Amino acid sequence: MQIDWQHFTPWSSLAGGLLIGLAAAVLILFNGRIAGISGIVGGLLSPRKGDSGWRIAFLAGLLMAPLLYQLQHTLPDVFIEAGTPALVIAGLLVGLGVRYGAGCTSGHGVCGLSRLSMRSLLATICFMAAGFLTVYVLRHGLAWI
Amino acid sequence: MMRLLFSLLSGLLFGLGLIVSGMSNPAKVLGFLDLAGAWDPSLALVMGGAIFVAMPAFWLARRRQLAILGDAMQLPSNRKPDRRLVLGSLVFGLGWGVAGFCPGPALVSLLAWQSKAWVFAAAMLAGMALFAWLERRQARDKQSSPIS
Repeated sequence: MQIDWQHFTPWSSLAGGLLIGLAAAVLILFNGRIAGISGIVGGLLSPRKGDSGWRIAFLAGLLMAPLLYQLQHTLPDVFIEAGTPALVIAGLLVGLGVRYGAGCTSGHGVCGLSRLSMRSLLATICFMAAGFLTVYVLRHGLAWI
Repeated sequence: MMRLLFSLLSGLLFGLGLIVSGMSNPAKVLGFLDLAGAWDPSLALVMGGAIFVAMPAFWLARRRQLAILGDAMQLPSNRKPDRRLVLGSLVFGLGWGVAGFCPGPALVSLLAWQSKAWVFAAAMLAGMALFAWLERRQARDKQSSPIS
């Protein structure tokens, strides 16, 4: 394994991580809710009375973040390698997977691990392993053929 | 009103965190998932930083019946791992590895006007809606059949 020092951003990634942790702390302490993006979105697709307002407010904040960031800085460069068919397939898999798995990187990876949940640890190991394996096959495995 | 305000604030902080950390860029996420290539460990620091702050908050939350604004503390009660959790998470990881997007970064990229993020997010919402539909159908089938 070799570290990609050129792209590794330890300080900004750590700072961003602290902000994400703060976001999760605010939501659980003030609202009593888990800051899991897939759960928050998914709850809107099977709505229950009186349970949608906070979800919409959270998502509005999430969506507005780049606009606020742009007031002070230019947004970091984004590079999306996948083409349209791959994006559609990936989107469907992610949408279905996070709902069956009851969480994603935020709900299991951040909030779940923070509460020392065994279910979340298992889920995180599963999606990380599947992610590592998928990228390995797509970037290196297929090169042998 | 306060509930919505704090919820909005949380979403905003979350989104800013994703942007600052570099995780709104799928290339950076894939750089983390590519162990065999030039490996970018940034994502591990994002998770570490987030857990560092969130862990004491959840520790406190577990000791309270009510959240500060008065709502019931809704911590997940399900403790048993099951097949759904494992299979769902594997499928999620597969999709994550294909495009480098998970739900948060995809949504944050929408108003940064990344057209590819719109394609991904539309498909992701379709996947979630399909789940909701399948769940509703299964619940209805269970109700109508007296057996099982």
